[in-house]
Amino acid sequence: MLALQILIDGFAISSLYALGATGFTLIFGVSGVLNLSHGAIMVVAAVIAWWVAGTFGAGAYLGALAGVAAALACAFFTYSVIVRPIQNSGAIPKEEKEIFVLTGTLLWGIMLQEAVAYLFTDNPKTVRPLVDGVVMILGVRTPWNEILTAALSWGAIGLLYLLVNRTRTGKSLLAASMNPRGLTLLGFEMSNIYVLVWAIYGILAGIAGVLLGAFLGVSSANAGTLTASAFSIVVLGGLGSVSGSLIAAYVVGYLETMTAYLVSPSIRTVPVLLLLVLVVYLRPQGLLGRR
Amino acid sequence: MRITHKIGIASAAFGLAFAAPAARAADPIKIGVIAETSAISGVGIPNAAKMAAEEINAKGGVNGRMIEIVDYDDHSSAADAVRAFQRAAQQDKVAAVIASYISEVVLALEPWAGRLKMPLITPGAASNEITKRVHDDYDHMKYVFHGYLASTQLSDVVCEAGKALMVNDLKMKTAVIMSEDAAWTIPLDEEYVKCLPASGLKVLDHIRLSPDTTDFTPIFNKIEGEKPDVIVTGISHVGVQPTVQWQQQQVPMPMYGIASQATNATFWKDTNGAADGVIFNMVAAPDVAVTAKTIPFAKAYKEKYGSLPGYAAYQSYDEVFMWAEAIRKAGGTDPDKMVEAMEKTDYVGTIGRIEFLPKDNTFAHGMKIGEGYITGLMVQWQNGNPVTIWPANVATGKMVFPAFTKLPQ
Repeated sequence: MLALQILIDGFAISSLYALGATGFTLIFGVSGVLNLSHGAIMVVAAVIAWWVAGTFGAGAYLGALAGVAAALACAFFTYSVIVRPIQNSGAIPKEEKEIFVLTGTLLWGIMLQEAVAYLFTDNPKTVRPLVDGVVMILGVRTPWNEILTAALSWGAIGLLYLLVNRTRTGKSLLAASMNPRGLTLLGFEMSNIYVLVWAIYGILAGIAGVLLGAFLGVSSANAGTLTASAFSIVVLGGLGSVSGSLIAAYVVGYLETMTAYLVSPSIRTVPVLLLLVLVVYLRPQGLLGRR
Repeated sequence: MRITHKIGIASAAFGLAFAAPAARAADPIKIGVIAETSAISGVGIPNAAKMAAEEINAKGGVNGRMIEIVDYDDHSSAADAVRAFQRAAQQDKVAAVIASYISEVVLALEPWAGRLKMPLITPGAASNEITKRVHDDYDHMKYVFHGYLASTQLSDVVCEAGKALMVNDLKMKTAVIMSEDAAWTIPLDEEYVKCLPASGLKVLDHIRLSPDTTDFTPIFNKIEGEKPDVIVTGISHVGVQPTVQWQQQQVPMPMYGIASQATNATFWKDTNGAADGVIFNMVAAPDVAVTAKTIPFAKAYKEKYGSLPGYAAYQSYDEVFMWAEAIRKAGGTDPDKMVEAMEKTDYVGTIGRIEFLPKDNTFAHGMKIGEGYITGLMVQWQNGNPVTIWPANVATGKMVFPAFTKLPQ
């Protein structure tokens, strides 16, 4: 019974982690950017979804759509106003650009977080779930919303897989992550590819934010933790490896759930952090890292 | 031309030098408000204080001087609050401070109130430690007043109401305590463990959760496995998330106790209505005439700010009046005289009749609790509205629970 409960709850939360981390790792893989405003963008998506659904009586679906659109807008803004100017700048030495991007996105994330706290308070908001009610799975009472969260997460990841492996545009993304120079020589415009990858990122982060808001609830104060969680998953899985991130998301999700059930909910994240320290010591390239 | 100009300046300076003291007498009296303005329970503190100041000023102020509220955001951080407090005392020259609903913040400010001789009152923090320090070190800490119930007193209200509501009305026998790990819940839980059994509720388990918890599924599953009749809460930093997850997972036992976030009017909207059936404690509610001032205040607040006041707002509103009264009686803003005057407070505010306990009491400078003073209410979210359900003589409705709640037969 307890094992089944852990299995079900762990699956839902892990799927959500996987979705959140996929976009994060994709951006790194393709453009080498570690976007530290990731958590804040997820928070914006959730809060806008809550706001549109509640204040304008737009309903759960329109609200969710607005949330994803807000994340998309944030992602574009992050790229065009923060990341691209740094990458194109002649004044910043090449080897320092990564640090500038890190700092820039970190500060931008804090700005977003403070803006949300200022406009909507830092109290958690919960997005109205798309479906209500519960279902018994082998004796475990499971909210439909939890099942939907897992299904939608995997749906989005599945679509991404198809896009990357089956379409020409998607294949150019994959190529960009392997050899950007080669791609440029073949006549691809790198900046178009970057815009595309940020668009995909925005949509993924938006969906993850809205689902998280409906599943657990989100507050502006969570932005840092969400970034840290995506970061841990990506480091554990191997920087830039999407399949590594997926596996790592499940390792983290289940480790957390087991700790919460078997030890204590108040130290939920501690074993994951210990694991992360171990990985950095013993296998710095992560589970499926390429380096 | 040149000469007249110079004379002009000289006479202006001369005029200023003599006019200044006269102007100073009419300078406003500043009251500092340090609160968590982006937190749901905190934002009502400056809002309500400003309302009180406007009302006092409309009637001519205090000793001919207007009251001015200077507000500071502490971002729920003790360090920010201390900086704000120092600034309020040394730079902005406030006469008194109203601060915070977070015990950790108030406990950090307390020694500074002593050092800077700055009168301080909290409208919403609950830790017993606040008044204990006044009791233990009166000479240094006498500047601190506790304008809200201490944790132990909160537990006692919950237990007393629990005897009537849970044990007598609903025939409940067992409970699990679920509280967040924070300074204010340490004495709260200690008292729960003692007073719940005395009220007829056997405590099956006592769960303390991290205030950073976002996923409450494991906690609710654990509680459900222990099959209590009711979950007795002690939560303030968390609130929206456990409530929503309680409803989504259809946890079959009611949540009853202290839930500060639930006291705010926006709680219904923040939880998308998942709050339905949640029972929480307040000292004043918008639907109950605790005193003649309660309902008019709640109405005026809603008119001005668009939503009903959270729990700390009532106290904050009263506290501005009490400081004003103390300044009036003290004939000025000398801190020692203000403390002396404040100790003699006998004021009927929105939350009841307020008197402060003497320095030899364990809750020195805490409020007098009981019949005729501050009593406390239990309120339940029903269909979008907070409805007072206890005590019986002021109740405006009966308990109603969502369909998934299973009450003992």
